[in-house]
Amino acid sequence: MTDPQITLYRLQACPYCERVVRTLDRLGLEYRSRYVEPMHSERNVVKRVSGARSVPAIVDRNTGVTMSESANIVEYLEGTYEDAGAAGGA
Amino acid sequence: MPEFEVVELPETDHVTAGETAPEFTRPLVGEEFWEDRALSAVVDGPTLLVFHPMDGAFQTTYVYNEIDDRGWADALPVYGVSISSPYEHKDLLAERGDGVRVFSDPSAEVIESYGVAHDVDGMAGITEARPAVFLLDDDRVVRYAWVGSEHPSFPDYDAVESAIDDLLE
Repeated sequence: MTDPQITLYRLQACPYCERVVRTLDRLGLEYRSRYVEPMHSERNVVKRVSGARSVPAIVDRNTGVTMSESANIVEYLEGTYEDAGAAGGA
Repeated sequence: MPEFEVVELPETDHVTAGETAPEFTRPLVGEEFWEDRALSAVVDGPTLLVFHPMDGAFQTTYVYNEIDDRGWADALPVYGVSISSPYEHKDLLAERGDGVRVFSDPSAEVIESYGVAHDVDGMAGITEARPAVFLLDDDRVVRYAWVGSEHPSFPDYDAVESAIDDLLE
């Protein structure tokens, strides 16, 4: 079993994260969930990968894209995968 | 020394040396995040699996202090397992267990599959892990096993260490 190409940094019950999850699910994309610390100041791992401590953030190894802000992520996912069918594998 | 009674735990049919360590997937907690990981996905060489009571219990604290003092996590990957939640594991790892990552098994199903469960007296509904240590090789075969039979009990750290040294040789 290979690991999914998309990693989602998320916070439990964060509505903006759930919005990204809904988009990932709708597009049939496999992803790995990494849950992070509720305390903003302690989310250094997110800062290291995305440059900001905000969640959601995704890393997509299919494309090399790293991104935060749910609206941007949804737009990116739809633009990249909407017409490509289930492109989770790669 | 005051005299005190050590509680004998019931006999258990636990995983022993020579058996393959049962596979499981649970949230694996590091200092910065947690994610679901399968045991088979993290074992790719000698690996130490340490079951312990709930985070915060003194047995757990002592076990991690000893792991830190002996620097086991520098010698090989060390994974803890307890029923505590990922949030509690993060607090534990902020204090001790340098380089250790800890699986969260609140339902104790993994703990039961290893035969190391302990129904805590006076805490209704809580089944946790008794202290137990399993040393695994590259193929997830158990090369050394120790399971606590008293409450409280602590691993024979010297025996664990010499089993680690033998396996790493």
